[in-house]
This record gives sequence, structure tokens and C-alpha cells, in this order.
Amino acid sequence: MTRPSTITLYDFEISASCYKVRLLLSLLGLDYARVAVNFYPGFEHRQPAFREINPLGQLLVLRDGDLTLRDAQAILTYLARKYDPAARWLPSEPTLFGEVMMWLFFAASELSAATAARLHDILAFPVDEASAKTAARRAFRIMDDAMTGREHDGVSWFVGEAPTLADVALFPSIALSRDFGVEHDEYPALRRWMRRVRGLDRFIAMPGIPEHP
Amino acid sequence: MIRTTDRTALDQWYCIDDLDDIGSAPRRTHLLGQEIVVRRDADGAVRVNEIATDGSVGAASPVEKRYGYAWTTLGAPARDILAIPESHEPDRKSVKCGAVTVHASGLRIVENFLDMAHFPYVHAEILGSERDPEVRHYHAEIRREVDEVWATGCKFFQPQASAAATGGVMVDYAYRVASPFVVLLYKTCVVAADRSDVICLFVQPMDEDLCRAHPVMFLIDDAAPQATLIQFQQLIFLQDRIILENQRPRLLPLEPRAEIPTRADISSVAYRRWLKEKGLLFGTAEGAREL
Repeated sequence: MTRPSTITLYDFEISASCYKVRLLLSLLGLDYARVAVNFYPGFEHRQPAFREINPLGQLLVLRDGDLTLRDAQAILTYLARKYDPAARWLPSEPTLFGEVMMWLFFAASELSAATAARLHDILAFPVDEASAKTAARRAFRIMDDAMTGREHDGVSWFVGEAPTLADVALFPSIALSRDFGVEHDEYPALRRWMRRVRGLDRFIAMPGIPEHP
Repeated sequence: MIRTTDRTALDQWYCIDDLDDIGSAPRRTHLLGQEIVVRRDADGAVRVNEIATDGSVGAASPVEKRYGYAWTTLGAPARDILAIPESHEPDRKSVKCGAVTVHASGLRIVENFLDMAHFPYVHAEILGSERDPEVRHYHAEIRREVDEVWATGCKFFQPQASAAATGGVMVDYAYRVASPFVVLLYKTCVVAADRSDVICLFVQPMDEDLCRAHPVMFLIDDAAPQATLIQFQQLIFLQDRIILENQRPRLLPLEPRAEIPTRADISSVAYRRWLKEKGLLFGTAEGAREL
């Protein structure tokens, strides 16, 4: 069962960032409207009409009532604050909150290389392939080392004892890494963690991510 | 990459770019191992040139414009680019879905396009359902008079056959392979029962195991927004892409005993036999052995 909402997501089906938001919306059990954006091949997000919605000319936009928000990480935190009153996904306890935010900024910065590598390999976007893939692998290595440490401490998630926005924000890039030739064998702790994410209640997949482990 | 010497592959027309994307800025890509550059000159004419091994702009290649795309050849094709009469029907919408790069032989892409057996698993609850995974008997043949491979009488249960579909339907399919890297399907149109939607896949073989697929659809659907139609097709294609990139061997074996076909694979058997008769090597396991 999903809850009705006033949310509209400007969506591109094969975008990892859009998937990140769809995943949280699903985990929160929220129903929402979708507007399909012709990101490719139409580059509609760069057109004047779309720039009125997002002046950056970037894809990810969510509307909720009168609010218009851009940026996947900002959208995740907003949705958690508004629709998760128990604060499971975005804990208010300072240490946990700080750690979740640390991983959200990591997702927005370090993992953007993974997005670039994927757009290069699938849609031939003009990016420096070698440096994007090197940077993506470096980011995955940091994640794998962190998760190895977490498992050693007997916990299964990136922050705290239960899944948080950190897990949602980190999941798409590595889960889709085979789209740009990075296999999961190199990241055993992340493989086990991804299996746990896929086992979450109301988990949804997208092309490139198997629904079942 | 090394330009192929495979005469059969060279003597074909290939779709290489969307005309809407070609501007005055040169766009580099590959065809059959040969680097090429595509651009529009001052008069608006589309030009294709080979890039020589020293990086200089070399010989001009022929250019044809069809179906919203630029086509070229590195050889001397005996036949024209395929005809798609439906594309000229005035009430059809042409939907170009954007090129997608796939690290696999282009022949694997064509063969996957012909395959119905994977629908319930790879495109679960869209193009197929595990509740009804059966590939019913169909007919496959090499049509000598047109030199094409056809599969007809195909039927499949589809929970969501297209962006316009509102429920599961039994869908009729016919497949047509017009040249080794060009494949189409004709599929029951959910909004006009007596006509077919046409979905084409123009494959641009860049290297033996690397290609770009240019999907384009000619649809009778005046309701759905273009972005929705495109995303539906991209979703399907990305579900295939991850499977295709993980298929081994990457190159397509043409030897009959190299992979075990089932009754559902008779279109693939006909396709492989037809490629073998043509002596095609590029993108095949047999060709790789001769390298």
C-alpha cells in the first residue's frame, strides 16, 4: 500500500539520480506523479522551458505543493524530514546525522565520477573516460573499506544500526557500476551490503540492477 | 581499433548518427573498426570522412539520409538501404530513442532483438510474465527473393506491451532482418488493432565487440508524450544491455554446434545460417579466429 502525496518527480527512467529518489519514495511508501523528461536524446533539461523549473539546466527536480527542489541529496533529506516522522532514514541524533550527511556529500561529489563514466559508456557523453573510471573505482574502494569496517563492528549499514539515507544515496552508483565495466567482485563488502539493500521492504530496481540477489 | 577487411561487412549501409544531432562541430565515431567523422558543412550538407591512422581527415564516404538518420558505407553496397513503407504513413509518429553504446558484437544485439524467450525474465511484467513464459510455435525463414530473414506468426503474452498499453494482451509479432545489422519488428498496435507498430534497431558496428544501437519507432499513438514513448524503449533496452554485455563469448558463433538452440530459437538459427551463407566475419567468433 502506498500513501497519496502531492509530489511530482521530473523523471528520466535510466538516470541513477532519478532512481535514487524513486527508491526512497518507494521505501517511504509514497505515491507520486511522474513527468517524463526527454533527457536523452532530446536534452530537454537544457531547454528554456525546463530552465524555468531548474535554472541549472539539470535533470533532477521534485515538486511538492508549492515547493520546487533540485539536487538528489537535498531531495532525499527533504523527503525524509517531511514523510518519515520517526526519523529512521535521517536520524536527528547529532553523530548519526553528521555521518549521514558525510555520506550524502560523498555521493554528490566523489560518486559523480561514476555517473559520468556511466553516461560515457551508455550514451557516449563526452567525458574523460579514464579519469572518470579511476575516480569511480577510488570512491568504491573507500566505500568498500568503510563497509568492511562496519561489518567487522557487527553492523550492516553505513550509519547506525539500521538503513538510512546514506545507504540510499550510495547504492545506485555501485549497483549500476557494471553498466560501465566495473564488476562487483572487487568489492566484497559492498556486494554483501547491496544484497541487504535489495532485501529491504518495498525495494525497487531499475534496468541494470537485479531485483533479486 | 583496426578497420576490417571483411568484404561482406564493408559492402553494407550503416546508420551512424541522428540527423538532428549533426551540426558544424565534427562528431567522431567508429564504423567497422574505422574511425570516421560526421559533420555538417556550411551548406548544411552532411559529410562523412574517414580519419586516417595519422589522425588527418581522409577520404569522403557516401552519405544517405533516411528515417531521420545519416547512413554511410565503407564499401560498395549492392543493395539500397532498406525500405520501410510504414514510415511514410502520415498518421505515424517517428520516435527516435537515442543511440546506446553496448560492449558486445552488434550481431548479438540483433539476435537478442529476435529472441522472445527472454521477455518474461529480462523484461518481467512488461514484455513478458513468468505466469505465461511460453514461446508458441512460429515460422522462420530466409526469404530468398528479398534476401531477408523473417519470423512470422509470433505470439506472446505481454503485461505491458507498450507505453500506451493499459493491461496485459496477447501480442502478435513479426520480425524482419533486412541486413546483417538492421532488424525490425512489427507488433500489434494497442490503439489500432488492424495495424502494426514498427520498431527498428539500426546497429552501428564500431568494433568486433562494440556497437551503438539506434532504436527508432514508427508508432500509431497520438496520446502518449514523446518523452514517455522514448523512456519506455530506453528502459527495455537497458534491461537488455546488461545481459548483452555479460554474454560470453562476446562475438557471435556461427558454427551450428557452438551454442545449443531450442525450438524457440528458430529465428536465431535462420539468422546465423544466413550470415554464414553471406560469409560475414565481422563480429563473429569465426572471424576472430582469423585475426
